[in-house]
Amino acid sequence: MSEFFTLSVLIATFASAVRFAVPYLLAALGETIGQRSGVLNLGVDGVMLLSAFGAYYTVVETGSHLFGIGVGLLIGLFMGLVYAVVTVNLHAQQGISGIGIFLFGLGFSDLLSQELVGAIQPIRKLPSLAKLPLVGGIFEPLEDIKYLGELLFSHNLMTYIAFALVPLVTWMMNNTTFGLNIKAVGENPQAADSLGVSVERTRFFAILIGNTLAGLAGATLSLQLGVFQQNLTNGLGFIAVALVYFGAWRAKWVMAGAMLYGIVTATRLQWQARDIIPNSASDIAAMAPALITILALVLLAKRVRGPAALTKPFSRH
Amino acid sequence: MNTTKSRRLMTLLTALLALSMFAAACGGSDEAESATGTATSECGTDNSVTKGDKVTDLSVAVVAPSDSQDLAFTQSMIDSLTRLGIEPQVTDGTFQVEVAADAIRSYAADGIEVVIVHGTQYGGSLAEIAPDFPETSFIWGTSTSTNDIPNVFAYYPEAQEGGYVNGWIAGELADGGSIGVVGPVEAGDAVAYINGFKAGAEANGAGNVAVTYTGSFSDVALATEAAEAFLTTGVDVLTGTSQSTVGAVNVAAENEIPWFGTQSNQESWSTDQVVASQVYHWEVILDDMFEMIEEGTLGGEAMSLTLENGGLVVEINGCFDLDGGAVSGAGDIIDQIIAGDINPPA
Repeated sequence: MSEFFTLSVLIATFASAVRFAVPYLLAALGETIGQRSGVLNLGVDGVMLLSAFGAYYTVVETGSHLFGIGVGLLIGLFMGLVYAVVTVNLHAQQGISGIGIFLFGLGFSDLLSQELVGAIQPIRKLPSLAKLPLVGGIFEPLEDIKYLGELLFSHNLMTYIAFALVPLVTWMMNNTTFGLNIKAVGENPQAADSLGVSVERTRFFAILIGNTLAGLAGATLSLQLGVFQQNLTNGLGFIAVALVYFGAWRAKWVMAGAMLYGIVTATRLQWQARDIIPNSASDIAAMAPALITILALVLLAKRVRGPAALTKPFSRH
Repeated sequence: MNTTKSRRLMTLLTALLALSMFAAACGGSDEAESATGTATSECGTDNSVTKGDKVTDLSVAVVAPSDSQDLAFTQSMIDSLTRLGIEPQVTDGTFQVEVAADAIRSYAADGIEVVIVHGTQYGGSLAEIAPDFPETSFIWGTSTSTNDIPNVFAYYPEAQEGGYVNGWIAGELADGGSIGVVGPVEAGDAVAYINGFKAGAEANGAGNVAVTYTGSFSDVALATEAAEAFLTTGVDVLTGTSQSTVGAVNVAAENEIPWFGTQSNQESWSTDQVVASQVYHWEVILDDMFEMIEEGTLGGEAMSLTLENGGLVVEINGCFDLDGGAVSGAGDIIDQIIAGDINPPA
């Protein structure tokens, strides 16, 4: 046990936790925005899968991570457009529509993978800041700082973008007209409508942003791992939805939830690698992150309240 | 491009093609059999499986949990059928048992004569479905038992055998250092491979062989981070089993850590760092099963892949600079396993 509590191992564990947390964080931030507007999206996992494949395939074909991220983002945007039309304009039941998007993403990403790529091939992973083309030299000395370099400057660009989005989303929700409209239509769409806020338009754009972030999460996942395979997300999108509840629809608590999940998972793997946890307990260890999240949800459930109009379609008539 | 240049280019390409065909004809097989149960590929050769002569006219379908091209468990079955000249109907990616059960029942109801149920986890569903279709033969694995169902064959790889050989070579490479093993769930052929690998590595002087079971056959992120965690412990060699390990191979490749694979040949994941793969050649037992089915026996027997029957082959990557002594040593180990002098733990 003592070898785990050395600075180098703790930092490596933290770095691993961050890698786990980033896709969760991006997807959950997007879902937070959508849910604050009153729209539940259970299709996050499907959107992530499509974007993960799109990004991976783009890198296979072009070798460019930037293009890969861009394609993942566009796929998220497109899927957001589809989901927004279905749920906002056509007033479809949100839960069922989301599951439909998930199943479509699960099946179609696998089909595309089999048809376009065939046998799984690893690709170059997203580079750390110091290995970025053109600007990498600026970060190289920072990454070399003992301990602190690995802790703060050894991550890929998407990591910094994901964590930078936390204050940005918080600020947007609390300080911009669009953010305040999102909260208004999520709490009382009739009242917001009577004050001249377009509920449909606000929800439409909230869904677009949410799905774009889900797309970014999917692209980050596949490029961070350097692979794509069937059902790569392994239910990650559903955990992201749960993290929104865990985080009480607040960006900073969603981030805390994503990091908690990452830290518990990374710690468990470090302990297994060092025989601190016996293999006979591996099943229990595998459940630990989910158990802790559920426990936190149970404890928080009575203390927080979600958007009042969540999952309720809006119609003036 | 003008016409003259095009002609010159075509002439050059034709000449090159003829030269390469001549060279290929002179070169013989791409894989050199170096000892019973091992094969060393020539570096840079294509390892894709070529279709063999068709051994049966039976209609065959496969229901499998992961992608047909996963370079692991599912692909090992598809490749084996290809070697037997069979193009089966395939429902892959059925990680949900209920979906697999629907597919199994549908194939049987459609009159498919042989349904290969490629996943231990489908056993419960098969026990309900098989009695409803007594004219259909179901081939199920991995399992050592047919559960006394007359129209079910069972199959199982003695994965600990190839695991032991892989482990022995890994011990040679680790040279007293430590080895990390990324496992999925502590069950089936995964645990057999890992137990065999551990025993082989320890028998050849590996310092410490640490095993992490991630709890998932399909979680690539978890397997990848498990490999990363091993790096912080200073491992010299990595191995793993299940379709989730593709990311772990990527970690090994990036950090120049030798990797040992199992189920399918994983050289294409990293030509530099994959040392050897234990490959399942299911065709060895499938051929016998098809023959029995054609003669009217639809099940009732369990068969296993072993080094002795050629169902398990340790394929060594010709691109990896493995010491000749290690290759011949691995051959000796295989001989001892076949002779029963070494009994790797399952």
